[in-house]
Amino acid sequence: MISALALCLAVSGARAVWADAPQGTPSIFAPASTPATNIRDLSLFVLSITGGIFVVVGGLLAWAIFRYRARKTDDDSEPAQIYGSTQVELAWTVIPILIVVVLFLTTARIIFAIQDAPKPPAALEVTVVGHQFWWEFRYPKLGIVTANELHVPVSSKQDPKPTYLHLLSADVDHSFWVPQLAGKTDLIPNHPNDTWIDPLHPGLYVGQCAQFCGVEHAKMLLRVYVDPPDEFAAWVNQQKQPGVQDASVVAGRHVFETQACTNCHRITGTAAAGTFGPDLTHLASRATIASGAALNTPENLRAWIQDPDHLKPGALMPAMQLNGEQIDELVAYLNTLH
Amino acid sequence: MADQTLPIAGTVDVTPRRRSTATLLEWLHGWVVTVDHKRLGILYLVYGIFFLLVAGAEAIAIRIQLAWPGMHFLSPELYNEMFTMHGTTMVFLVGMTIIFGFANYLVPLMIGARDMAFPRLNAFSFWMSAFGGLLLYYSFIGGFGLYGMGAAPDVGWWAYAPLTARAFSPGHATDYWALALIVAGFGTLGTAINVIATTLSMRCRGMSLLRMPLFVWLMLVVSGLTLITITPLTAAQIMLVIDRYLGGHFFDTQAGGSAVVWMHFFWIFGHPEVYVLVMPAFGIASEIIPVFSRKAIFGYPAMVAASVGIAFVSLGVWAHHMFTVGMTSVGNAFFVLSTMLVGIPTGIKIFNWVATVWGGKIRFATPMLFCLGFLFQFLIAGLTGIMLSVAPWNWQLHNSYFVIAHFHYVLVGAIVFNIFAGIYYWYPKVTGRMLSETLGKWHFWLFLIGFHLTFDTMHFVGILGMPRSIYTYEPDRGWNHLNLIISLGGMIQGIAVLIFALNLVHSYFKGKMAGNDPWDAWTLEWAVPSPPPAYNFAADPVVHSRRPLWDLKHPEDPDWRYEG
Repeated sequence: MISALALCLAVSGARAVWADAPQGTPSIFAPASTPATNIRDLSLFVLSITGGIFVVVGGLLAWAIFRYRARKTDDDSEPAQIYGSTQVELAWTVIPILIVVVLFLTTARIIFAIQDAPKPPAALEVTVVGHQFWWEFRYPKLGIVTANELHVPVSSKQDPKPTYLHLLSADVDHSFWVPQLAGKTDLIPNHPNDTWIDPLHPGLYVGQCAQFCGVEHAKMLLRVYVDPPDEFAAWVNQQKQPGVQDASVVAGRHVFETQACTNCHRITGTAAAGTFGPDLTHLASRATIASGAALNTPENLRAWIQDPDHLKPGALMPAMQLNGEQIDELVAYLNTLH
Repeated sequence: MADQTLPIAGTVDVTPRRRSTATLLEWLHGWVVTVDHKRLGILYLVYGIFFLLVAGAEAIAIRIQLAWPGMHFLSPELYNEMFTMHGTTMVFLVGMTIIFGFANYLVPLMIGARDMAFPRLNAFSFWMSAFGGLLLYYSFIGGFGLYGMGAAPDVGWWAYAPLTARAFSPGHATDYWALALIVAGFGTLGTAINVIATTLSMRCRGMSLLRMPLFVWLMLVVSGLTLITITPLTAAQIMLVIDRYLGGHFFDTQAGGSAVVWMHFFWIFGHPEVYVLVMPAFGIASEIIPVFSRKAIFGYPAMVAASVGIAFVSLGVWAHHMFTVGMTSVGNAFFVLSTMLVGIPTGIKIFNWVATVWGGKIRFATPMLFCLGFLFQFLIAGLTGIMLSVAPWNWQLHNSYFVIAHFHYVLVGAIVFNIFAGIYYWYPKVTGRMLSETLGKWHFWLFLIGFHLTFDTMHFVGILGMPRSIYTYEPDRGWNHLNLIISLGGMIQGIAVLIFALNLVHSYFKGKMAGNDPWDAWTLEWAVPSPPPAYNFAADPVVHSRRPLWDLKHPEDPDWRYEG
């Protein structure tokens, strides 16, 4: 029992100091955005109260078990029978009620602060559409459509530049969760949701779909790039361009345009205008393919096109049964789409 | 003290059981047609323990797959089937059947009745639940879909729409899931009605409502709660089947249906369901802790009131499973408050158990060890529950491994620990033999260590951003070692449960003879022989207090002198 207690104490102790997680870990205790920071502060407050309750009640229980254990020297008599006490019952009813009042009021304040925050006119608007098993990002005011890797500008206290996300789903329920930026909000078909982030430090923040959405739910990864203002402007400028037309890879473009690829994918400036799969106009500018399942290297891209199921079993993209030459040409073409 | 015959009016002693001369077929037939509450109780328990092993094996498969990033032990499809079946089985085929097994066996004995109020309904209910389980598992063979894929259900035990629509779940696996739960649900409703009728109208002379053992009280409350909560689940399943086969659009979002409506239906069942499972565990603890502390339960009326209070409040908290679906801020705040309110009656219960232990002479027999483990773990589970009720924090923790850790702390740390305690405590009554204390202690300590390795660690990976329901994870997220520890703990728990199964079988043949009252306990079931004869009591017993056997053992200091 003692060891159990030690374990329990270790748990609650370690919980309080879990702020310095290793790099690349999306810890909720390493926030980089106002909603996530508010939540972290609130959670530390709640943790201190619940930790206090644990120490007091757990301590009393452990003491009682130790103090009142039966001993070899005991006689056969039964201990004094105590049936209860109204005063004591009243005391341990009133104290929890007071704690609940405090916790509730603190919580309500943060709910309203995050959920009902007014949208500033300078806010960037992005529409997020969840698909089995990838993310579509639309910037309606900028005319940009991209997938799986969200780019947003860095914000600051002096010059707030928050990003407001409008969340939709094309098929089943998904959930948008980048722990360091904000709590999660679900993407539900027929039920649009909204959330917001205002990342305060540039960098890459990872997350993933947090609502089971089918076979490849595990590989529906999310990358959010928080760019300094000039980098973000450059990125926007690049994404607004139509697909690169490179004469040296015209064969690959021909393969793309004459196969079923065009039914699902879009590359502006070509005949491909599908919307079922990710927009590929600037595929080569992205670091990953298959919603983060693999790095965007020519080898991975080749393997992906040859047999998507091999890289991501259950992905909805079919293997197109292209021959080796066609795939080489196609990969060469896609690699030019910066 | 242990083996003396107690002069409870109406208890009968029967000649020791002779070895049955029936053929195997006659023996089997006897079990199939039985309407005896004790035999049905045993059937429920054996059935529940069997599925505990099955769903435990599924959990082990899940943990092998997650022990290391990028494992290929299970395919994504099979992994999704495993966690769906693990959850569905543990809740409906293990939790529900074991608690109703205890209720069936113990409620009539504890209130001095000769059987349940409706013995045939009782048999009907068991077989409905049993066939529900078979139907669910038949999907592994018969659930092949249009493309020969997805044999078992793979939509999660919460089965959120519209993933369950035919567009996203072709084949029959989801149908087996829905139909199995409808069938099992009817069995559950039958038993709930039976328990309510039995406790309200079959109590022996002198057993007023406020003299019922707390276990009986909690089963009464749970049965009432079951009647209220299984109904929306059954309704939702029927709507789902209509959607899938008759062109309905309740949850068909592509035709204007609502995914959120399914969530409301599911959680107004699903959250009270947690209390349906945990309150019988409270009942078990409230019987065992006093006996092994050698003290009356502290604050009996407060314990009863707190139980009724929990049941009442639990019906108004369901949307705390839905803080991330985009409710209004006022809606979120409401469910924060209602959820936090559950903490008050729950806290009262914990304080009363501590006060019961306080000043006692604690005997550390295996049932008590499991109950003490329960007290610590339930304290932590309650506090992580408070954390999850804080909606903004819930936006982070929801659907992460923190939630998995929290509800396994309740379902395993509280419920399974008390089920084990209850089995060690009442096994002597049911079989006439004691379970081995040596194996019991091995079982307890290994299970305790495995439990904490697994579920303590899960809190951390959740805080580090690992979501639930994923068949693998990225190697650079800092979750690798923690997952290995979780899996290791799972294996240790598996070994502990195998020791338990071994103990059950071994002690049935070789265990020490128990006698009527091996624990020197105080409730009526210990006044009858072990195992109790058919119809339990030859004539109605008469009781004068909450602890009739205490009164008999201590005529100089009887309870009825003090009970208000």
